[in-house]
Amino acid sequence: MPKYAMVIDQRRCVACMACVVACKKENEVPPGQFRTRVLEMVEGEFPMLRMELRSELCNHCDNPPCVYNCPTGASYKSEDGPVLLKQNRCVGCKACVAACPYDARYINEDKGYADKCTFCAHRIKEGKQPACVATCIGKSRIFGDLEDPNSAVSMALRSNHHEVLLASAGTNPRVFYIKKFSKPE
Amino acid sequence: MKFSRRTFLQTSSAAGLGLAAYVALPEKFLLWAEDQGMLKPTFTPTFCEICFWKCGVMAKSLNGRVVKLEGNPSHPGARGKLCARGNGGTGLLYDPNRLKTPMISTGARGEGKYRTASWDEALDLVAAKLKKIRAQYGPESVALFTHGTPTDHFLPLLSAFGSPNVGMPSFAQCRGPRDVGLELTFGEGIGSPERLDMTQSKVVVLIGSHLGENMHNSQVQDFADAVALGAKFIVVDPRFSVAAGKAHSWLAIRPATDLALLLAWCNVIIKENLYDKAYLDSYASGFPELAAALADCTPQWAERETDIPADKIVETARMLGQNAPNVCIHPGRHATWYGDDVQRSRAIGILAALLGSWGREGGYFLATRSSFPKTDSKPFPEPGRPALNLGNFPFAGAEGVTQEIRRATITGAPYPVKAWIVSGTNLMKAMPNQKETVEAIKKLDLLVAIDVMPFDTVMMADVILPECSYLERHDALAVGKGRSLSVTLRQPVVPPLYESKPGWWIAKELANRLDLGEYFPWGTLEEKIMKQCELWGVNYQRLKQVGTVTIPDSAAPYITPLMPPEFKTTSGKIELYSIELKEKGFDPVPRYTRHPLPANGEFRLLYGRSPVHTFSRTTNNPELHELYPENEVWINADQARELGFQNGDYVTLLNQDGARSNRIMVKATQRIRKDCVYMVHGFGTASAGLKLAFRKGADDQGLITRYAVDPICGSTGMHVNFVRLEKEKADA
Repeated sequence: MPKYAMVIDQRRCVACMACVVACKKENEVPPGQFRTRVLEMVEGEFPMLRMELRSELCNHCDNPPCVYNCPTGASYKSEDGPVLLKQNRCVGCKACVAACPYDARYINEDKGYADKCTFCAHRIKEGKQPACVATCIGKSRIFGDLEDPNSAVSMALRSNHHEVLLASAGTNPRVFYIKKFSKPE
Repeated sequence: MKFSRRTFLQTSSAAGLGLAAYVALPEKFLLWAEDQGMLKPTFTPTFCEICFWKCGVMAKSLNGRVVKLEGNPSHPGARGKLCARGNGGTGLLYDPNRLKTPMISTGARGEGKYRTASWDEALDLVAAKLKKIRAQYGPESVALFTHGTPTDHFLPLLSAFGSPNVGMPSFAQCRGPRDVGLELTFGEGIGSPERLDMTQSKVVVLIGSHLGENMHNSQVQDFADAVALGAKFIVVDPRFSVAAGKAHSWLAIRPATDLALLLAWCNVIIKENLYDKAYLDSYASGFPELAAALADCTPQWAERETDIPADKIVETARMLGQNAPNVCIHPGRHATWYGDDVQRSRAIGILAALLGSWGREGGYFLATRSSFPKTDSKPFPEPGRPALNLGNFPFAGAEGVTQEIRRATITGAPYPVKAWIVSGTNLMKAMPNQKETVEAIKKLDLLVAIDVMPFDTVMMADVILPECSYLERHDALAVGKGRSLSVTLRQPVVPPLYESKPGWWIAKELANRLDLGEYFPWGTLEEKIMKQCELWGVNYQRLKQVGTVTIPDSAAPYITPLMPPEFKTTSGKIELYSIELKEKGFDPVPRYTRHPLPANGEFRLLYGRSPVHTFSRTTNNPELHELYPENEVWINADQARELGFQNGDYVTLLNQDGARSNRIMVKATQRIRKDCVYMVHGFGTASAGLKLAFRKGADDQGLITRYAVDPICGSTGMHVNFVRLEKEKADA
C-alpha cells in the first residue's frame, strides 16, 4: 500500500498561483473558496528584508482532528494516506472546519457538505499527479509515495531539512516543507 | 445546481439515453458523469493566447464543454505546465461579458451606444467606408494597430490594401529598445522566448525584471531551477520583488539610474582585468574606445547616482567577473522606461560581451539556424507614400512606432490617417497619454475593433467585430526558434460561441469585399495550414494529435571551434563601440544622463505585472479576477505613516500634470523605496461592459501623461511620471 505525501520546496516557489487556479478548475471549487492557497510573508525593515512564500493545503494528517471530530463518520483517513470525505454522510455541521488547525476545509454551499483537498485522489487513480503538482511552474510541489525510497518525495526529504506546519499540534501531517529564507545582504 | 435524489434519477436516465444529444448540460453534471465512467473526456492540443508566450495546451472537454486546460508536455514553452492565467483560459471562453454579435455605433464616438448588426451588414459597412477612404485619401490613410495572433490575418489585409502603416505596442511600448540595443551590439536580438541559459548560470542578474510576478512560463521554470541549482541572483529593483526575495544581492537602486550601475560594473570589470580577453579578441571590436569612455564611471561616482554603496558595486562586479562566462544578464522585456532605453540595453549587451556570455554556457544560448521555407504568396502592392510608422527614428523596427501613427492622425501631416483597424490590443491601456489617443480617434472617419471582450478601446469603435476566443479558432502556425525549430498548431477545441468568428474569417471576408480576395487564396485557414505543413514536411494529422512538432537538427547552443558565431553588425563583430550609432549621431558608447527626480511629496510612478494577469486583458476573467480583483498602490510604510495612510485605505493619485486616478487601495510596505510608488498595470477599466473589472483599481496609463521618447528607436519611456497621494473623498 503506497503512503502518499507532498513536499513543498519553498525555495522553488514563485507565488505564481498556477496551483490555485488549476486546483479550482480540476475540482470545481466554488467561487470565493479555495482548497489551496499561497501566502506571501515578508519580515524586516527596508532594505533588510526576507520573504517566505508558502503553499498551504490540507495536511492529510496521520492523526487527523477533523476525522475524530466528525460526528457522522463522513470524514475518514483512507488507507493510502489522503483524508477524504463520504459526501453522502456529511450533514454540513462544520465540526471538522472548526477542528482543523490548518483552516483547510470549507463548506460547499452549493452541495451542502464539507469539502477539501483530496490530493486529487481521482487523478492518482489514473496514475497522474495532483493538478497543483502537475502545473507547478517552479516544481515546488512534489508528490509521491513515502514507501518508495526512490520516489521524488522520499529523495527530497532525505536530502533536505524539512518541517511540518504546527508540529506542536501533534497532527502528524503528510505535507512537508523545505524552507530557506533568502539572506538579506 | 443542487442534486436531489430526484434530479439524480432524471439525469442518470438521460445519460442512459445518450449524452451526445444534451449539448447544454451543466459542467458539474458532466464532471459527475465522467466520474461515473459514463463520459470520456477528449483532449485537444492547441496553444494559449492569454499572453504572448504561446504555450502548448491540452484542452480537456467533456461533451462539448471545455472543463480544464493543461500544459502540453511536448511544447518547449509549456513543458506540461500552464501558469495561473493559462489555467484560467476557460474564464475567457465562458466570460458572460464577451462580445457576442457585430455591433454598429449609434451615438457619438466613445458614448458607448450600439445596435447589433448582422455580419454582412457590419462587414459591408466597414468595406464601403474603407473604399471611400481609399478613394479620397489613398490606401496609406488606413492604419492597423495589432498584437498577437490576429496580426497574422490583419497585417496581410493591410498590406494588400496598400498601406504600410502598422503599429504594434509590443515595439514602442515594450520590447523595442531592448531588441534594438542588442541588435546594435550583437547583430541580432535575444528572441521571444528569450534565449537565456539560466539553468546553467552561476550568476543571474535581473535589472528591474520581476520574474515570477512576470509570468513567462518556461522562463520562470528555468528561474526556479536556477535558484534550486544554487545560482546566485543579483536583483536590481527599487522594490523587494518575489525575485529579490530569492536573491543573493538585492540592490535597491534609485529609479532611473540603472545605466550608471551598468557602466560602473563595466568599469570595475575592465579595471580589474576580469573581462574575457580571448573572447573579446576573437569576436568584439571597440574595446579601447569603450575602456576610455568608461574611465570615469567609477563605483564612487555610481554610488552617488544609484544610492548603492560603492563597495557593493565592486563586490557584485567581481562576482560577475569571477563567474564569467556562466553569467546571465537578463535583458528584460518591457524596457520602455526613461527614453534612453536603447543605450541601457546596449550597456547590458556590452557587459555580457565583457563577460563573454553571448553564446556561452549559462549566458545566452544561440538560436537554431534551421528555418522553414517561405510560402509563396502574391506580392503586396508597393505603397505610394512613405510609411508613417517609422517616424524620424533611424532604428525604428518593423513592428512600427504606434505613437507616430497617432501623431500623424492628429496633425494630418505628412498625410491624413482616416481609419484605424484595431485587433487584439487595448490602445487606451497600452499607449501613454490617453488624451492624445482620444484626440486622434476623434479625427478618424472609421474605427474598427476586432476583439473578444468589450475593452475600453473596443467601446470607442464605430464598428465592433467579435472575434471568437483562442479556444474556438484556427490561427497561423506558431514557429518557435529556440534550441531547435518547432511548430505548434492552434485549432478549435469547441465551435465559436454566439455569433463570434475567427480572425482569419473576418480578414478574408473583408478582403473579399475590398476586391482583395486573391491575397487569401484558400477556403479555410485549415487548408492553408495543411499546405504549409506539406511544404515544411510536417505531418498535419500527427500535428493535430500532438499539438507541437519539434524538428531535430544539429544546431549547437554554444560557441565551439566548429560553430563560430556570426554577428550581423557593420563590423561583423560584437560592437562595444557602435559604428552605426556614431554614423547616425548618437553616442557610440552608452553615456549616462541624469533624469529628473521627484519633488518633495511626489513619488515616481512605477508599474509592473501580477502573475495572474496579462496587461489589461484578463482583469474581467472570472477565474483570475477572483485572485487579484484590483490593484494596490505600494508605498513605503514609513512614508505612508508620515502621510497618514494605512494599509487598506483608499487614495487617489494625482500626477504632475493634474491627471487623477480612480481610487486605489494603499499597500503600505517595507518592500519599496521611499522615492517611488508601484502598481500592477492594466486596472481601472472604463468600459462598463466588463462587469467584474469596471472601475476596479487605478489605471496607471491614465497617469502616464508624460513620456520620454528614445531618439534612437522611437520607444516611449513611461517611468517618468510623478504622483502625489490624496485621501479619497467620501463621495467619490
